[in-house]
Amino acid sequence: MASKGATSSGGAKDGTSDSSSSSKKNSKKPKYSRFTQQELPACKPILTPGWVITTFIVVGIIFIPIGFASLFASEWVVEIVDRYDEDCVPRNYTYNQLAYIQSSETNKTCTKRLIVPKQMKSPVYIYYQLDNFYQNHRRYVKSRSDKQLRSRASEGDTSSCKPEAVGGNNYPIVPCGLIAWSLFNDTYGFSVKNKALEVSKKNIAWKSDQEHKFGSDVYPKNFQSGGLIGGAKLNASIPLSEQEDLIVWMRTAALPTFRKLYGKIETDLEANDEITVVIQNNYNIYSFGGKKRLVLSTTSWIGGKNDFLGVAYLTVGGLCLFFAISFIFLYVIMPRPLGDPSYLSWNRGQVN
Amino acid sequence: MLASILVNDQFQPKKWKDLRVGEIIRIQANETLPCDMVLLSTSDPTGVAYVQTINLDGESNLKTRYAKQETLLKMPDEGKVSGLIRCEKPNRNIYGFHANMEIDGKKLSLGPSNIVLRGCQLKNTNWAIGVIVYAGRDTKAMLNNSGAPSKRSRLETHMNSEIIILSMFLVALCVVVSVCALIWLLNHRKELDYLPYYRKQDFSKAGAKDYNYYGWGMETLFAFLMSVIVFQIMIPISLYISMELVRVGQAYFMIRDTQMYDEASHSRFQCRALNINEDLGQVKYVFSDKTGTLTENKMEFQCASIWGEDYSGGNSKIEQGGYSVQVEGKVLRPKMKVKTDLELLQISKCGNGTKEGKHVGDFFLALAACNTIVPLVVDTSDPTVKIIDYQGESPDEQALVYAAATYGFMLMERTSGHIVIDIQGERQRFDVLGLHEFDSDRKRMSVILGCPDKTVRVFVKGADTTMFSVVDKSSNASIIRATEAHLQTYSSLGLRTLVVGMRELCASEFEQWHSSFEAASTALIGRAALLRKVASSVENNLCILGASGIEDKLQQGVPEAIESLRTSGIKVWVLTGDKQETAISIGYSSKLLTSKMTQIIINSNSKESCRRSLEDAIVMSKKLVTIAGVVGNVGGSSEAGSTPVALIIDGTSLVYVLDSELEEQLFQLASRCSVVLCCRVAPFQKAGIVDLVKNRTSDMTLAIGDGANDVSMIQMADVGVGISGQEGRQAVMASDFAMGQFRFLVPLILVHGHWNYQRMAYMILYNFYRNAVMVLVLFWYVLFTSFTLTTAINEWSSMLYSVVYTSVPTIVVGILDKDLSRRTLLQYPQLYGAGYRQECYNAKLFWLTMLDTLWQSAAVFFIPLFAYWCSGIDISSLGDLWILGVVILVNVNLAMDVIRWTWITHAAIWGSIIATFICVVIIDAIPSLIGYWAIFHVASSVTFWLCLLAIVIAGLIPRFAVKYLYQYYKPSDIQIAREAEKFGNLRELGAVQIEMNPILEPPRR
Repeated sequence: MASKGATSSGGAKDGTSDSSSSSKKNSKKPKYSRFTQQELPACKPILTPGWVITTFIVVGIIFIPIGFASLFASEWVVEIVDRYDEDCVPRNYTYNQLAYIQSSETNKTCTKRLIVPKQMKSPVYIYYQLDNFYQNHRRYVKSRSDKQLRSRASEGDTSSCKPEAVGGNNYPIVPCGLIAWSLFNDTYGFSVKNKALEVSKKNIAWKSDQEHKFGSDVYPKNFQSGGLIGGAKLNASIPLSEQEDLIVWMRTAALPTFRKLYGKIETDLEANDEITVVIQNNYNIYSFGGKKRLVLSTTSWIGGKNDFLGVAYLTVGGLCLFFAISFIFLYVIMPRPLGDPSYLSWNRGQVN
Repeated sequence: MLASILVNDQFQPKKWKDLRVGEIIRIQANETLPCDMVLLSTSDPTGVAYVQTINLDGESNLKTRYAKQETLLKMPDEGKVSGLIRCEKPNRNIYGFHANMEIDGKKLSLGPSNIVLRGCQLKNTNWAIGVIVYAGRDTKAMLNNSGAPSKRSRLETHMNSEIIILSMFLVALCVVVSVCALIWLLNHRKELDYLPYYRKQDFSKAGAKDYNYYGWGMETLFAFLMSVIVFQIMIPISLYISMELVRVGQAYFMIRDTQMYDEASHSRFQCRALNINEDLGQVKYVFSDKTGTLTENKMEFQCASIWGEDYSGGNSKIEQGGYSVQVEGKVLRPKMKVKTDLELLQISKCGNGTKEGKHVGDFFLALAACNTIVPLVVDTSDPTVKIIDYQGESPDEQALVYAAATYGFMLMERTSGHIVIDIQGERQRFDVLGLHEFDSDRKRMSVILGCPDKTVRVFVKGADTTMFSVVDKSSNASIIRATEAHLQTYSSLGLRTLVVGMRELCASEFEQWHSSFEAASTALIGRAALLRKVASSVENNLCILGASGIEDKLQQGVPEAIESLRTSGIKVWVLTGDKQETAISIGYSSKLLTSKMTQIIINSNSKESCRRSLEDAIVMSKKLVTIAGVVGNVGGSSEAGSTPVALIIDGTSLVYVLDSELEEQLFQLASRCSVVLCCRVAPFQKAGIVDLVKNRTSDMTLAIGDGANDVSMIQMADVGVGISGQEGRQAVMASDFAMGQFRFLVPLILVHGHWNYQRMAYMILYNFYRNAVMVLVLFWYVLFTSFTLTTAINEWSSMLYSVVYTSVPTIVVGILDKDLSRRTLLQYPQLYGAGYRQECYNAKLFWLTMLDTLWQSAAVFFIPLFAYWCSGIDISSLGDLWILGVVILVNVNLAMDVIRWTWITHAAIWGSIIATFICVVIIDAIPSLIGYWAIFHVASSVTFWLCLLAIVIAGLIPRFAVKYLYQYYKPSDIQIAREAEKFGNLRELGAVQIEMNPILEPPRR
């Protein structure tokens, strides 16, 4: 409509008024409408002390309970975190961790014992947590081929996957790229009181990924066959859509410290239970100073154990109440009548 | 488009684009000219052609052009004519043309009256034949097509300097990123080969080599370039587009404003420049023309002083349509009726024999003859009555000719060679032997007539200052004295005065003049100067006939408008060509000057005296201002507190001031004065004065005028406003804004200007903030990706961010938001001060906004970061959370600052947020992108929604609190007016207060 106004002004410029009849001339008068005169009905809110103080109080009243609820939810979550990357290296390799992890000769099995501090209701989620691993590195994030993952027909579509695009024999690697190549390959076995705990590795990946991003007819090929093994090998007889570990791994993490779902324990763990974990410590994070942790955690409505949101809500809510109180105080000692013309700059000089 | 061209003795159609200089062209009635041509002959036996120049200068009255007598005779036989025309190089002056034509060995002069320009239309003439002198791009119309010079608004200039700051900020961000990237690379250089997420070495081929790695130097450079690409939205390119859209919207509302529609001339407000809308809100100096701008430029003959007698008694309009003439059974009467003095009418009618009657007769003969008016006979509905319409370029002349007609001296016919005047029913033919046109140096014009009684007489008409110097003072000193006294009275009444003189030429004098006139008028170089010399040689020793007084009516609403402008703190300068007394009297009637003002008048004839009077005036004004200040502080009455100073300076003094070191002093003096009145100024001086102010202050200047003489001033000022009035449309063509009446200036700048400024200023700040928040969020993330410019927010969203997610609300608010209602702004013009004090956009606000931006971006980025630290969140989900956080925060921020919520604003703001959600959902529903279905996963958790809520609230708390504290404890005028408007105590409290303290002096800063 704005452009229409501009063209009509052009019409006015033409100066054809000479020939136009008088009735036409009259039509040049802009028609009155509330829109064109900028008089549409409108609400004109003003930050009065009443409104501002009420707003702060309301925000405070909403935020503080949410904060407490989040904190309680977070407290309620039972979480066992165990860093094992250093403990699982034998003493004699302490100063040469790289040699230990790279050698195929060494025994990678490692046993750790964890005490359950509180009862953990099923499902208990098993995560592995990596620190200082930049899954969001630009080179890394790009090193994948979504087309190849989705359909068998575009197996050869590996241009984005270099340097893990093709195997030594120039056949395409499926799945190609650095992300798949560096697939996490530590494994955990759990037992409580010498009784093995069953770890369910089903449904740990997103359904949407399984159905639409990873093809059910795409099978691993030439994977980890090159000179440099980056991580886990894949069973070539299982289609990618069923390789849930891979799917989880390939949802690249946003931050350099991240957890990935390993599996679920479908039984409750009682307080003070001692869990024996047998770890196959295969994954090499020693070369770049990373850390590995095993995490067992229950969930609540807020997710995992994280106090931040609760604290943040309490802080913001508290701040709002503080503002509300101080503004009330200010208002009481220094009120200003709203719309008082004596405050106008041209009146101020003459009053005093 | 075809034109008929003479080829082989026949006129044949030819395409316009094939026309060549030198060809002979024939134009039919009502045809538009395709080129500039010199007239050779026309259907009129005297060689007159009437043209309408509406396409060139917008004037709709007919102008006469003449074919030379010599060529006129040649054409009818259509024989071979050979001639040579020498003319100037193509130029853009549509009012000047110098050439000569050699035909049959005779040299003829050609002037502006012999050329018809491209774009003109032939009227009232069956055909015209001419020679093409300029064609195509060389025509004057095409050369003038460049339009008004492009201006850039002050706000935009400021904005550009802030954009440079933002660019430096951008470069700084990029340097930080690339340096960090370099450090990271150097720290990890030993691991890079095998680092799972870097893998520098390519093992797929035999012989390990580097993959995609070009050494740390290049990698740093790449990081820098990549960061430039990622962070480039810091420079709000889209802002320029939004600004254009907003200006179009603002222009739409200005054009559509019913209060700026001129009923009389049926003209709407015109926005001719689209890029300085917001400058209207920052004007500090208004330079106004007087004639046609403050006044209507409808001249009315009021009174005359003839031979020392004053005739100003009559105020009755004659019934019966005034004087009329019978020709061939038809009644001819002039179109306009003039007030007449009965006594004078009696003398002019009957007193033919008396001495008195002769003087009166000569006086009106001079009025009827000494002009360039063309009488046109127009039919009326009554077949027996015809109306004579006097067409001419000067309204003063029109008024005088109508007056002469009313007193029985009716100009009937004018050709290049003779005029016919009906004197009291008797038709008399006068030969026009020569005509010296009006020019601004001589300030007079003269015509040399061969009268029926075989005498040759020169009639001169001009401004009194130049006329009295050429009058023969010895013979009739008493008459001169009496006339001077009458002129004094007339001009004190605000009338425009002209003095008329006459002299009989003896044969030898005439011969001498004639030869030099011929020589001068055929000269190709310096013709104007030569003609001026010839004119002054004959315009001397005149016998004074009398003087006329013409009333120049004030336009409707001018006093109120000027009062509003002055109250708002705008300094009004009136620049006029009128004489001092007239100017001052118009000043009083238009409320520009008030009785309370102290007038400082500077009339100097030399540089020294000018310097002295300026120095004295500065001392005096200082004293006055300090007295006023002291009294004001003590708390005296408002009358004592306001002794405004008015400066009145004339053109002669300005000659010494302009372009000399006195400019500085004049400016100092003028800046203490609330009103400046410059009289007797030439057009180029008008521009000089505007330039003087413009160069010495950063304040905005606005020039308003209606005539061709205001064009230079209009183009020089920051904002040029043209009034589409009587004097043609040159001013409108040169202006940035055009309107019908001076009083529309008040709604234009006080209302629309204020709104435009406030809206645009807010929009610029908001756009800086909006883009910087996004860039900072991207930047924070880079710090967590080992400085490799990965973006969590997918490319589509970052692209759509400034185009779809956040652009519509700012444009809508930029067009529709208004801080105060029209009524309040008009009632309290002082509120306009926010504009020229730059309250809505300044460096302080910019840095505050940037600080707020830093905080808000931190809130957007770090709340989700910590909430999802050590969790399984993937890149796309977190990216979706961030983009939604930014968009909601930025839109709610805008919502917080919106002053007027209409349904359109609601739709734009909340609609944008909803549209963003929809876009994010659509993008995440594309399986080939890595973020497939991420939004559905992340949005199913409570944490996501809690994060969004926390982002918005935590991000906005500081701004909200600061805004409230500032508005409540340090309220601006606008804020108070808004509150008053809302709570309705504007009138009850405000009006009383204001009436008690009439604001005569604008508030000092």
